[in-house]
Amino acid sequence: MPTDQIVQYCLSGVTVGSIYAIVAIGFNIIYNTTGVINFAQGEFVVLGAMTAVSLAARMPLAIAIGLAVLITALIGALVELIFIRRVKQPTVLRLIVITIGVSILLRETALHVWDEKVRALPFFTGTEVSSVTLLGAHVSPQVFWVLGVCAVIVAGLSLFYKFTLPGRAMRACAANRTAAQLCGIQVRWMVTVSFMLSAGVGALAGCVISPVTQTQYDMGAPLAIKGFTVAILGGLGNSIAAVAAGLLLGLLEAFSISLFPLAYQDVVAILVLLAVLCFRPSGLFGRRDAPAAGGF
Amino acid sequence: MRFRRYAPIAGLVLFVIALQLALSATGRTYYFTQITMSVYYSLVALGLCLLMGYAGQISLGHAGFFAIGGYTAAFLTTHNLAASGGAVRLLRPLGLLVDRQDLYGNAVVSLSPWLALAIALAITTAVALLVGLPVIRLRGHYLAMATLGFGLIIYRVVLGTPGLGEADGFSDVPPFRLFGWLEVNGRKPFAAQNYYIAWTWVAMVMLLGANLVRSRAGRALRAIHESEEAADALGINVARYKLTVFVLSAWLAALAGVFAAHYRGGIGPSEATAFKSIRYVAIVAAGGMTNLWGALTMGVLLNFLSLRGVFGSYDDAVFGAILIAIMLFAPDGLVRVPRLFRRIRKKLDGSLVA
Repeated sequence: MPTDQIVQYCLSGVTVGSIYAIVAIGFNIIYNTTGVINFAQGEFVVLGAMTAVSLAARMPLAIAIGLAVLITALIGALVELIFIRRVKQPTVLRLIVITIGVSILLRETALHVWDEKVRALPFFTGTEVSSVTLLGAHVSPQVFWVLGVCAVIVAGLSLFYKFTLPGRAMRACAANRTAAQLCGIQVRWMVTVSFMLSAGVGALAGCVISPVTQTQYDMGAPLAIKGFTVAILGGLGNSIAAVAAGLLLGLLEAFSISLFPLAYQDVVAILVLLAVLCFRPSGLFGRRDAPAAGGF
Repeated sequence: MRFRRYAPIAGLVLFVIALQLALSATGRTYYFTQITMSVYYSLVALGLCLLMGYAGQISLGHAGFFAIGGYTAAFLTTHNLAASGGAVRLLRPLGLLVDRQDLYGNAVVSLSPWLALAIALAITTAVALLVGLPVIRLRGHYLAMATLGFGLIIYRVVLGTPGLGEADGFSDVPPFRLFGWLEVNGRKPFAAQNYYIAWTWVAMVMLLGANLVRSRAGRALRAIHESEEAADALGINVARYKLTVFVLSAWLAALAGVFAAHYRGGIGPSEATAFKSIRYVAIVAAGGMTNLWGALTMGVLLNFLSLRGVFGSYDDAVFGAILIAIMLFAPDGLVRVPRLFRRIRKKLDGSLVA
């Protein structure tokens, strides 16, 4: 394989990989405060991108994206307030089932609001034909936006969890719910905040990737399952490891195209998931006996 | 005791006969077709109910098992073996081949549906063990995601493989002659007998369920559902029971797939979508998770309404809403037949004592 082709595959792998990482971080945010996997995570990505596409027709792109992220974060909060909070005896089975229900409702709402057409945000800089030449490979400038936003999200969340009061409170909830409650932390509201944060992060991911991969109402489920694969691969709850795992899965998928037909691309990621669940359910970077909930 | 155990099943048989008479009276074959398909879908839901209700595990990939059954049967019974002389020479004396003519009058030699059924179940067993073995030891989300992933793999494979018809699936699956005049066939003269064939499977599952609950295995499963640790401490082999139920429920789904494919004469990738799997979960949840009768009632009712097109373009949304509403307002399901029975029985007992 010539060098420029390898670079091309690498960059496309890293691009989708960082999106998987952001989706995985969304899973982790909610998992850390509630111990639940939110099956509607992929829908937040779609909602964010779709809202931004609609708003971008009427206002500057940056403001449209900001508003879309806010709106999706609000939807995330509403999902928690209206549905999750009201589950009596919240067993894992019940919470899984209800988040699945929420994901279907969100997807169907998206279908009825935006129909089944494929949409895309405009490229942030340049157009779809503009490219930067890197080691002989041609890359869209949007790739750098994706990588940059991913880095900013990871850094921002790290700072949020380390230095702000709500961030620390959320970490306390992750470490020990009862103890956090005894310290006067409003655990219930922290759960709401984590849904908001997770939805907002997902929406931002949806916006930056939209010009490259385009957005359709039913993209949520495959994205969610790959994000979950990445979250497991990195060890549930560990978001720094999720970035590494995301890049790994992205690269694997990109190079799999040279071996298998494109139609089977999703199969590769899912086989990775099944293999990890089989051999190392605590993740590549987690210790075998690591506790389920960790910090950021 | 015996009477109480089998009375509901006798009731089911009477209901099925009454429904058949009512449907025949309308003179519309499509009611039979829709009910029969609903019953096959309910068979999947019943298997899932065994898994969710009695083993406390969730599967988001049961449509995948339905598709494995349906596609295996469809592929093997439509694949023309005329060109491969060796296979024909080997299988012909064993009576495992069927000669027929296709739509254009060409001679086709294909595998017997019985052999195809056996192969479909064998493949299902292998796949269910492969998916279930590692993840059944894990809890909650892991099995949910792993089965969702398994379902997506099956969907991608049937959608992307030219030999499996890609987006079109199979459309000329031959009827399945069980014996004599009894055959799984979607044509009009066969409508009533196929209605009974489908219900027979359901009745057998209900019989199994009625006996399972009161057996050693049934008690073990209920103990697992209550608390895995406690069951483990009592010496119950938790992983093995869970795996057994997983394979059993996969069989039921595959069986429904095989019969539905022969009945409808085809199968397409839409049977394998993640949404189909979630729909089965919604049906089981609406029936009350641990309630086979509830799953059956909801399965037949909701699938029939859906096949009649009552929900229109909101079909998926209806099932999503059902999931949410059940979890929020009625986590024990909508159908409470046993409780009703118990109340009646209590009244009867009371009057006897008095």
